[in-house]
Amino acid sequence: MSGIIKGATGDWEMVIGLEIHAQVLSETKLFSGASAAFGAAPNAQVSPVDAGMPGMLPVINSVCVEKAVRTGLGLNSVINLESVFERKNYFYPDLPQGYQISQYEKPIVGNGEIEIDLPDGTVKTIGIERLHLEQDAGKSLHDQHPQKSFVDLNRSGNPLMEIVSKPDLRTPEEAAAYVTKVRAIVRYLDTCDGNMDEGSMRCDVNVSVRRAGAPFGTRCEIKNVNSVRFVQMAVESEARRQVDVIEAGGTIVQETRLFDPKTGTTRSMRSKEDAHDYRYFPDPDLLPLTLEPDFIEAIKKTLPELPDAKKKRFIAMGLSPYDASVLTSERERAEFFEKAANGNDPKLAANWLTNELLGALNKAEKDLSDSPVRAEQLGGLVALIADNTISGKIAKEVFAEMWESGKDAAAIVEEKGLKQVTDTGAIEKLVDEVLAENADKVAEYRSGKDKLFGFFVGQIMKKSGGKMNPAMVNDLLTSKLKG
Amino acid sequence: MTKLTHLTIKAALEGLKKKEFTASELVGAHIAASESARHLNCYITETFDSARAQAKEADARYAAGKALPLDGIPIAMKDLFCTEGVQTTAASNILRGFVPPYESTVSGKMKADGLISMGKANLDEFAMGSSNTTSAFGNVINPWKRKGDNRDLVPGGSSGGSAAAVAARIAMGATGTDTGGSIRQPAAFCGIAGIKPTYGRCSRFGVVAFASSLDQPGSFARTVEDNALLLRSMAGYDPKDSTSVNVPVPDYAAACGGSIKGLRVGVPKEYRVEGTNAEILALWDKGVEMLKDAGAEIVEVSLPHTKYALETYYVIAPAECSSNLARYDGVRFGQRSAGENLIETYENTRAEGFGREVKRRILIGTYVLSAGYYDAYYNQARRVRKLIWQDFIDAYQKCDVLLTPTAPTPAFAIGENTQDPVTMYLNDIFTIPASMAGMPGMGVPVGLSADGLPLGLQLIGKPFEEETLFKAGHALELAAKFDALPQLLAA
Repeated sequence: MSGIIKGATGDWEMVIGLEIHAQVLSETKLFSGASAAFGAAPNAQVSPVDAGMPGMLPVINSVCVEKAVRTGLGLNSVINLESVFERKNYFYPDLPQGYQISQYEKPIVGNGEIEIDLPDGTVKTIGIERLHLEQDAGKSLHDQHPQKSFVDLNRSGNPLMEIVSKPDLRTPEEAAAYVTKVRAIVRYLDTCDGNMDEGSMRCDVNVSVRRAGAPFGTRCEIKNVNSVRFVQMAVESEARRQVDVIEAGGTIVQETRLFDPKTGTTRSMRSKEDAHDYRYFPDPDLLPLTLEPDFIEAIKKTLPELPDAKKKRFIAMGLSPYDASVLTSERERAEFFEKAANGNDPKLAANWLTNELLGALNKAEKDLSDSPVRAEQLGGLVALIADNTISGKIAKEVFAEMWESGKDAAAIVEEKGLKQVTDTGAIEKLVDEVLAENADKVAEYRSGKDKLFGFFVGQIMKKSGGKMNPAMVNDLLTSKLKG
Repeated sequence: MTKLTHLTIKAALEGLKKKEFTASELVGAHIAASESARHLNCYITETFDSARAQAKEADARYAAGKALPLDGIPIAMKDLFCTEGVQTTAASNILRGFVPPYESTVSGKMKADGLISMGKANLDEFAMGSSNTTSAFGNVINPWKRKGDNRDLVPGGSSGGSAAAVAARIAMGATGTDTGGSIRQPAAFCGIAGIKPTYGRCSRFGVVAFASSLDQPGSFARTVEDNALLLRSMAGYDPKDSTSVNVPVPDYAAACGGSIKGLRVGVPKEYRVEGTNAEILALWDKGVEMLKDAGAEIVEVSLPHTKYALETYYVIAPAECSSNLARYDGVRFGQRSAGENLIETYENTRAEGFGREVKRRILIGTYVLSAGYYDAYYNQARRVRKLIWQDFIDAYQKCDVLLTPTAPTPAFAIGENTQDPVTMYLNDIFTIPASMAGMPGMGVPVGLSADGLPLGLQLIGKPFEEETLFKAGHALELAAKFDALPQLLAA
């Protein structure tokens, strides 16, 4: 995949912008005291405010304001000291008030930028247009009854941050890397759990195509694309569709489209002519939201180290840029790594985490949080390698046992007697034994058959059950064979 | 002894304390009066049984020496305040049968102070109207009649049921809400006093919304001091209403009776509008003299943007109403008129559930907020609203309180003003500017027209300086000695 589409009439460039709806990690809703937790029985978490009952009034949840500011700071964006909640008016059964309270002309967070990490190791800066707070709608269920639709208002009023990028993305990979990065940032900040499969992070994708260097083309908005993979697929197929339309002599109509994961294509939902006139106006039930500079400064002080800073620090610790970016792409991984590397050789710890543990988890389709080997345990294993208690080869065996039994590396080494032999006398004795048993091969080696060195090493390791320190075996063997 | 129904709240509280009568007797007298005045149609829902039960509880507290501040006083509750377990309709078919599972902050505070609701008072549908003729539960009839004319008159609106109930002595006080004059104008039409406090003084939580940036609960009573007692109970910061303001609630009654020597009373020249009844203009002059005689200093002030207030109001209020009333869609509560599909259900429900005036305002509001018209109407209105507010702030450099007429005419007959909606809208021409600016306003009955109808004047004060209004209102009341009774009671 790349950002260039080869059309019949030449190359086309994709222009992509993303709107990410991230549910704020908050116990309660944006404007009511009802629980915002996921997974409750339908309509179990609905206050009269969320149900749009007569006379009910919204009251802003300060936790959500704090988290929006926190996220804005994490996105290196301007925090607006005054922002305004407005009403977006439209009728739908899962929108109880008949309007959504959102921010329109004056969002809480303005311009900013983040860096995205591309698969080839390069980094690109992407502009952030804005972040605003808004309430979620409820959910209409159309598959519960042959004639009727049901409405679940649990989600109604849930706090969302809408994070809007500038149209700076040019390839499906960049779009994916952007979503991944934003997700990592909100997870680091603890402002959104980033779970796309539970819907706590959802994407709307804006796509247009143009000749390189030409002005932007007409864009289409693809709604509710709910995984990083689907973002890539949606961009790819939508851009292709647009090129096909243009090259067949047609024009792109600005419209809202839906992505169908089954076919991997998009289809029209409504055109601009059918678009709602939302009649935005400032919500008279809420005063403008004003923030004190001290409030923002106080939040700044509690910001954790973010992925980019962490990545730089990991590289300074000796990690390759690739490993550093793999390990910081998720907060959990970075934390796991730092625990495993604590007091150890960072590079060795990184290798064991990225190659062995992440590989094994991937194969077993498990998340790091479900890993049978804990970070401290992996650190213990790495420590045993570093101080020559076991060899790398034995370590793989020990790791397999740790994965199965959940035991500590040291215990397994002890139990199975896998401790590496570093006693020169013992190694020398075994070397002598092997050389004596294979006097003919020794003669052959000394007459120039260098390749037999490996044979001797193999024999020694076999006899010792792999426990001899390989470097010491090498040294002794070399000097004896010379002898 | 005066009839129990003719007592002021202040006198009734003294009588209860001295055990001259019981709360049950007081409430019983008002229930009897209500039953004989049912033709006025003051209540949409009567709550006499619970009133009797509450009166018993009040009596027990009086006996135990643990009476609440306003214990045992029967009042009417405008049916715009949600009351837990009691039907709340906003006088609309769309809410007919709706019983809220929650209590409005204001009605809850009043209950906690011992006030007893006799029923949910009739009003214009969703508080939209100036004559109480848009209610889905029928017109309210003013207890006053013109001399030699037996036609039924309107009580004013939107809080018509509240005002008529207090004037007819079937409740000692009442709650109202005022968006553009809905307390002050009916108070004038019914010959009683009423106050719309500063926007943000009383909580709107649990009050069915009409136009959120203008709606404000307030009170009716037959004296200024009784209003002071009620408002003290109603007012106060409420964390459930983000537009309520956290300033302490003073003892308003203590302000009644204070001297107004040196008080600067502003007379805005722009309120001398064409078409105003000559009797009302004369009454205004009389009111100015009364305050002057009581020691006030009279200053002429200018509120230059007054002439735009009505038009601005009829953009802002409908805009907010069009959005506030979107929730009445037949999906979750209230009226549902099912159709073949969703759109039809919406259409049928709202077509059958809302009356003409409400529909008219929803249409106006939707229009002024729509793309292409937004700047010319809604944004322009917001800009003018700021200028109107600035007018008041400038005027208050020169004066402490303003004196104006409350309404351009006395009460009119039912059906008299309904041909042209704009004529009806003009009724609020003197009350709307203060609403637009969020300023507190009080209506005080001052005299009678030649044909025997009450006429009132309006005092407008500085934000959160209701005490000044009570002081000036009380002085005006003392000077005016308004003691006429509506024909209903005189007969």
